[in-house]
Amino acid sequence: MRIDKDLVAASATPLVLGILADGESYGYAILKRVDELSGGRMQWTDGMLYPLLHRLERLGLVEASWGTSDVGRRRKHYAITAAGREALVERQAQWDVVAHALQQVWRSAQDGLQNPPRVAEGWA
Amino acid sequence: MAPGTAAPDAASPGPHAALEAQIDQWRGYVRRREAISAADVDEMEDHLRERVEDLRATGLDDDEAFLVAVKRMGTLDDLSREFAQEHSERLWKQLVLVGEQPGRTRSWRELAVVLGLAAGAGVATKIATSVLDEDVVALNAALLVLPFLTAYLAWKRQVTARVVGALVVPFVALGLVLNLYPFEPTGSTLVLAVLAAPAVVWAVVGVAYVGGRWRSDARRMDFMRFTGELAVYYTLIAIGGGVLLGLTTVTFSLAGVDLEPYLDTWILPLCVPAALIVAAWLVEAKQNVVENIAPVLTRVFTPLTLVMLLAAFVVLATAGDLADVDRELLILMDAILVLVLCLLLYSVSARDPLAPPSFFDGLQVLLVVAALAVDAVALTAMLTRIAEFGLSPNKTAALGLNLLLLVHLAWSAVLATAFLRGRRPLADLVAWQTRFLPAYAGWAVLVAVVFPPVFGFV
Repeated sequence: MRIDKDLVAASATPLVLGILADGESYGYAILKRVDELSGGRMQWTDGMLYPLLHRLERLGLVEASWGTSDVGRRRKHYAITAAGREALVERQAQWDVVAHALQQVWRSAQDGLQNPPRVAEGWA
Repeated sequence: MAPGTAAPDAASPGPHAALEAQIDQWRGYVRRREAISAADVDEMEDHLRERVEDLRATGLDDDEAFLVAVKRMGTLDDLSREFAQEHSERLWKQLVLVGEQPGRTRSWRELAVVLGLAAGAGVATKIATSVLDEDVVALNAALLVLPFLTAYLAWKRQVTARVVGALVVPFVALGLVLNLYPFEPTGSTLVLAVLAAPAVVWAVVGVAYVGGRWRSDARRMDFMRFTGELAVYYTLIAIGGGVLLGLTTVTFSLAGVDLEPYLDTWILPLCVPAALIVAAWLVEAKQNVVENIAPVLTRVFTPLTLVMLLAAFVVLATAGDLADVDRELLILMDAILVLVLCLLLYSVSARDPLAPPSFFDGLQVLLVVAALAVDAVALTAMLTRIAEFGLSPNKTAALGLNLLLLVHLAWSAVLATAFLRGRRPLADLVAWQTRFLPAYAGWAVLVAVVFPPVFGFV
C-alpha cells in the first residue's frame, strides 16, 4: 500500500518532530526511523527531508549543529527545541482531533454498510 | 569543493574509485543549483553515502547502489525547487559580496585593496584638479584614474613582472607625450588627444584584465564583457550617488549650510574616480554569479535601434542636399555605429554558440545592414565636403574611426549572414569581434600621439 503524497506531506512535520523528541538525530537516521515506524509503507523522496528540516530550523522548532560521523564525514545533527516540543504538543492535539473524527466516520460508514440507509429503500 | 568533505571513505580508498567518481560528479551537478548551498550538498552527500552503504549491505554492487540511492534522493529539479522555496534568499545571495565563503580573508583583503585604490584614484584627481589647469586635467583624466584600476586588475590577476612592465611603459610614455606636446590651448588636436587618450589607456587596462594574455580571443571577449558590465554598474552607482547627494544637499540647505561649493571642489573629484574602481570590483565579484545585464539590454534595444536607423535612413535619403552638414554628422554617425557595434558585440558575447540561428540573429543582421546603409548615405555626403574643403584633424579622426567601424560591421554582417545560412560557425563571428578590437586602440594611439605633430598642434 502506498500512502497518498499529500498525506505524507501533512504528517511529515509531526513525524520529524516526534522522532527528534526522542533524541538528537540526523537526516538519514530520521528517514530510517520513519521507515521502521511505518513498516516501510511511508516512502519519502530522500532529498525532500532536508528542505523540511531547514524550514523547521528557520522556524526555531529544531536546532542544527555540525558534527562528524564515525567515519569522519561532516554530518548535520538536529535537536528539538522547547518551541519544537510545544509545536509537537499542538500538532498532536490537532491530529487527535482529526483521528477521532475519522474514527467516527469510519464507524458510521461501517454501520452504513451493514444497515443500508432506509431512504434508499424507499426509492427502490 | 568545500574543505573537509573531499576526503573519501578511509575504509575504501581503492576498490570504490568508480563510486567516488560518481559521487563527485553528483556533487558537481547538485552544486550547480543556486538554491542548494555547499553545506546542503555536504549534508545530502552524507545521506547518499549512508544509503549506498546500506544498499550494498543488501547485496547490490557499487553501481546499482549508487543508482538507487540517487533515484531515492529525488530528481534534481524537484529538489532544487523545494530548496528554492525554503531558501529563496539564496537566489539573490549574489548581493552578498564578502560572504561566508571559504577564502574569506582574501575577500576582506580584496575589499581593503579596492578601497585603498579607490581612495588613491580620488585623491590623485583631487590633487590634480586643485593644482593643474582644466585643460591639463582633461588631457590627463584617464592617466589619473585608470592606473589605479589597472593596478587592481594586475593585483587580482597576480601578473608577472614582464606584464607589469608592459603596463607601466604605456602609461609613462603616454603621460610624457601628452604633457610635453606644445598644444595650442583651444586647438582641435588637443580636444582629439583628450578624447583618444582614454581609449588608449583602456587598451592598457585590457592588458591588465587579461593578465597579459591579450592574444587570447576568449580573454579579450571577457574584457569586452567586463567593459559592458562596468558601464552598467558605473551608471547605477552614479545614479545612486546623485540621488544621495541631492538629498544631502537639500537637507543641508534646510539647516542653512550650502553644500554646492564643496560639490565641485571636493565631492565630485573624490567620488567620481573612486566609484569607477568600486564598480570594477563589483563586476569582478559578481561575474559567474549573476546573469550579465549588458546582453539583456541588447535584446531590448536591438529592435528599437533598428526602427531608429530605418527612420534615420528615410530622413537622410529624402533630405536632398547634405553638402551643408558639418563634421557633426560624421561624429554622429560614428556614435550610431559604435552603438550598433556594442549591440552586436554584447549579444554575440552572451549567445550560446551551439544554439541554431534564431529570429533574433536575423534581426541583428538587419540592424547591421541598416546601420551600414545609413552610414553610406552620410559618408557620401561627407566625402564631397571633404573633397571641397580638405581634411581637418577632426574630420580625419572621425573619418578614420568611421572607416574602421565600417570594416568591422561589414565583415560582421558577412559572417553573421553566413552563420544564419549555416555556412560558418558562430565562433568565426565571435573571433572576428575581438580580433578587430586592437585596430581601435591603434587608431586611438595615432590620434593621440601622431596627429598633434602632423597637424602642427592646432
